[in-house]
Amino acid sequence: MLEHLPALQVAITLTAAPVIMMLGRAARLAWLLTTLSCWASFAVALLLFNQVADGSVISYEMGGWAPPWGIEYSIDAANAWVLLIIGLISALVMPFARRSVEQEISESRIALFYSAFLLANAGLIGITLTADAFNIFVFFEISALASYALIAMGQDRRAVLSAYQYLIMGTVGTTFLLIGIGFLYIMTGTLNLGDLAARLPEVSDTRTIRAAFGFIAVGISLKLALFPLHLWLPNAYTYAPSMVTVFLSATATKVAIYVLLRFVYGVFGYEFSFLELSMGWLLMPLAVLGIVVPSLVAVFQTNVKRLLAYSSVAQVGYMILGISFASMLGLTASILHLFNHAITKAALFMAVGCLVYRLGGVSLSQLAGAGQRMPWTMGAFVIAGLSLIGVPLTAGFVTKWHLLQAALEGGMWPIAVLLLGTSLLAALYIWKVVESAYFREPEDSTEVIREAPLGLLLPTLLLTASTVVFGVLGHFTVESARTAASALMGGGSP
Amino acid sequence: MEWLGLYNYWVVVALMMIGFYIVIAQGNLIKKLVGLNIFQTSVFVFFISLAHLDGGTAPIALPGVTAYSNPLPHVLILTAIVVGVALTAMGLALVVRVQEAYGTIEEDEIHQQDELH
Repeated sequence: MLEHLPALQVAITLTAAPVIMMLGRAARLAWLLTTLSCWASFAVALLLFNQVADGSVISYEMGGWAPPWGIEYSIDAANAWVLLIIGLISALVMPFARRSVEQEISESRIALFYSAFLLANAGLIGITLTADAFNIFVFFEISALASYALIAMGQDRRAVLSAYQYLIMGTVGTTFLLIGIGFLYIMTGTLNLGDLAARLPEVSDTRTIRAAFGFIAVGISLKLALFPLHLWLPNAYTYAPSMVTVFLSATATKVAIYVLLRFVYGVFGYEFSFLELSMGWLLMPLAVLGIVVPSLVAVFQTNVKRLLAYSSVAQVGYMILGISFASMLGLTASILHLFNHAITKAALFMAVGCLVYRLGGVSLSQLAGAGQRMPWTMGAFVIAGLSLIGVPLTAGFVTKWHLLQAALEGGMWPIAVLLLGTSLLAALYIWKVVESAYFREPEDSTEVIREAPLGLLLPTLLLTASTVVFGVLGHFTVESARTAASALMGGGSP
Repeated sequence: MEWLGLYNYWVVVALMMIGFYIVIAQGNLIKKLVGLNIFQTSVFVFFISLAHLDGGTAPIALPGVTAYSNPLPHVLILTAIVVGVALTAMGLALVVRVQEAYGTIEEDEIHQQDELH
């Protein structure tokens, strides 16, 4: 049983999806089954994480066909870490989802909605697990197709348009990835990532391989919303249903970053990517611009969901910045931020979901007085906001600290100064929300607005608490990120 | 004249650029999807071309045949075609909903409506 865990990880959600689709109108039952399969999936992720925590690698032959001919699922500390993020977020978002989804989606569609959610989930898990380049493409499309459907279920009509834009840009991204994979296959005759890594050095000094690298890097950058390829993200996150925003913001871009890391370090290798093609110097300006510009744009937003979406683009910038240092410390910081940003942003978007549930919308003017009316929700928002800024004793600080160290280790003190400056920008846009929630009088002060229901509040508070817990007890996450980083480097560390 | 022998790759490049240009330049949501399809199809042709072997046949063991085309890219592209069909269906479904919500599928008119909104 235990040796089949990798297959089980993706099979649980992938098989639950069509079952739930057939439930039709039984919304409650659909929710229950989805929750159970997400929890089961999280349990499997925990077991897998536990097995590889010491740095070992699990190789699973799908259907008993030996790699490189068959499809291999390979799990090391790096993708177990990402699986843990997906598992944790989906397990926590489900209790939150029940009432939020009941309010935002019409009842006849709820079962279909959960079915699409499970497919998106399964797709992301599949991308993370597989060690086959073409399989990555297929799972990318599975999760993307389901995400388009989920985003289009938003209440605003602009949700449909955002989903369409995401579809166009996402498809261009994955097709670029496919072209790159084709080039790799021409030159090596293999699709298995490990096998590719072994055969690439022989042919790496060719234009074909460099073109492959370019296509793959640009394609994945579109999926992970690297500035200036982020244009699909703010709209998609703003108009999607609350629960979808929570899930996608915490997992989808993180998985894409993991794929980038896997290709850059695991397939092309450190020497080819960073020494020969100086990828660090390509990524760093984009990362810096990607932190500064979206942060500035976020300051001027009046819709809190949109504000946080722009902040997500900026946070992707931090992760890419860590990669661009091309050092062990930088990579560790990036991997650490995958987790810390996932819990922070999920907590923030959940708090926003609670506000939407009671207030009907989250423009800054609608928030007036929310601090007094919904103290727990806003309290959670403030604490998670502090983590987003990177205040000590929160998870955000742990990553900022490591990024700072990595910048100083590389002798790049202007970047270190920039990190502090952009934290102030984050403080500015979080403050805007706090200001209107706590210090502005509501327009209609007789209206009675109660605190969000417990089902929504509890997961929000749990995630908020975890940002503090992982801020104070950072050594667990840092240790795991370090193991993951050395697994990606594959011993050949710089 | 060696480059002439690689003409299918030139066709791939041309189709790819045409498709990609339509996706970027067209404001009509359906035409964008058409462009996306051309773009994807060019990649399919690319994969099939790279599997080709001069004089090669289908990979079935027959007496006297020694050269086979590589079947793996064919299989990959079968999967990719299925994905492409699903994407087109999804895209068209979204365009129908856009038409219902806005009464138009021209991008600039849609943006105009949202600004007034």
